[in-house]
Amino acid sequence: MENHIVIVGAGQAGLQAAETLRAEKYSGLITLLGDEPHPPYHRPPLSKDALKEKHFDSLTMRGPNVFERRKITMRTGCRVSAIHPNRQTVELENGESLSYSGLLLATGASPRLFPGQEPNAKTIHVLRSRGHSEAVAERLSLCQARQEPVVVIGGGFIGLEVAAVAREMGLEVTVLEAGNQLMGRVATPVLAKTFQQRHESRGVRIALNARVTHLSEADDRATIELADGQRLTAGLVVVAIGVAPNDTLAQEAGIVCNNGIVVDTYGRTSAPHVFAAGDCAARSNGNGHFLRLESIQNAIEQGKAAARSILGQSRPFHDTPYFWSDQFDMKLQIAGVAHAVTTSVVRGNTCDAAFSIYNYADERLVSVDTLNAPKEHIMARKMLSQEVWPTPEQAGDPEFDLAALMES
Amino acid sequence: MIRIHYVDPDGNTTTLNVPDGQNLMQAAVQNGIDGIVGECGGSLVCATCHCYVDPTRLSELNPPTEEELELLEEVAAQRKDNSRLSCQIKASAALDNLSITTPETQY
Repeated sequence: MENHIVIVGAGQAGLQAAETLRAEKYSGLITLLGDEPHPPYHRPPLSKDALKEKHFDSLTMRGPNVFERRKITMRTGCRVSAIHPNRQTVELENGESLSYSGLLLATGASPRLFPGQEPNAKTIHVLRSRGHSEAVAERLSLCQARQEPVVVIGGGFIGLEVAAVAREMGLEVTVLEAGNQLMGRVATPVLAKTFQQRHESRGVRIALNARVTHLSEADDRATIELADGQRLTAGLVVVAIGVAPNDTLAQEAGIVCNNGIVVDTYGRTSAPHVFAAGDCAARSNGNGHFLRLESIQNAIEQGKAAARSILGQSRPFHDTPYFWSDQFDMKLQIAGVAHAVTTSVVRGNTCDAAFSIYNYADERLVSVDTLNAPKEHIMARKMLSQEVWPTPEQAGDPEFDLAALMES
Repeated sequence: MIRIHYVDPDGNTTTLNVPDGQNLMQAAVQNGIDGIVGECGGSLVCATCHCYVDPTRLSELNPPTEEELELLEEVAAQRKDNSRLSCQIKASAALDNLSITTPETQY
């Protein structure tokens, strides 16, 4: 059989893997299967600028001629119904079967729905795909025309980005967060507080410890009921309560999963010739812990690593994870992962437009949050990858020269 | 359409017809120009769409913002006086026939 690498999922990781295979001189067939109607596109703007500017076509990552030139068969609107690792075949929903020599699962993640949420509701939406973003953007415009309020459920990156855009459009916005701080998964309390204050100062209403008990839609309006008896109505509800990895195909094929498809540092799953990368993959660090990241950087890095593994080159991924979020005039960037943090040191002043927070697990720097400080963010990534960092005392001293530390 | 010439470090030129208003990073990645990565999609985060602008035409461009200047300090290849992030350059009739050179590396 001719070499045929099949990639399930045409997001950032899948596209990256396909292009890395060609860059590494693989000359066999490549099929990239995407279940959405669109070819791969940039996802980050969907919860930010795209909601205002609606420049969806410009988010396309590659024109059709590029796939042709690189001999990548890009199939859109194509769903996989099953994978068979022992026969090395992939079954499509249309009944077609594809044989593979290597299979990469880059199936991404799906937004969690509120219990009982009707996926086709007009006023209640999740936000992950281009289709979702188009629907939310349209609804935001309608709310603007009708002067109807917007409610966001979930105070994470996506929820707060949407809230900022809606507020910039002059809409009344309420964010309902179930936890006791915003961005609970990634932000230290001091950072979360700062973001809350800045959202509130721009007129966003934020309710913490808010438990939504019921969501419903009638007469083109949504009703939100809360455990404390409050009842809100809105022209748009955005449910932004996280994502779940798309690991069903792998599970059904007997591949080991644990909140995502389990992979080693080379992107290999428990089945031979089957690899996984991106949001769907939970990477084992070898001592019983798994890390599943949802970020562009991770998708690119794992896509590259998996492609090289498929070709038999073993190069583990090494990059420092990074994340970002744009809310009003605030660009938050996070380098590293704030795991087991024991000390957080603020560099600068949290009242200023720009400052940073250095997070340590005992003596070890594990992550750096920067606000409106893109250069320091890139330096922080270098600190983490080169394992050279300031002591907490140095980090907290604004006079201490970080650039000099990195050059020494 | 605005003609933009992308020159790789070896001097090979690819000319693209870029629609008015599209930024030069988007045009490059959509057309598979290898030397431009644009990892963050133009959000001013990654500094992987670094390019060198024809120095004789540098003054025709909108000057870089403070954010872009900060990122330019941290690009992977050599920073030069004519270094710019291509995501911050929008095609316009005034830029017709502009040449930009891609650096040796973006990482």
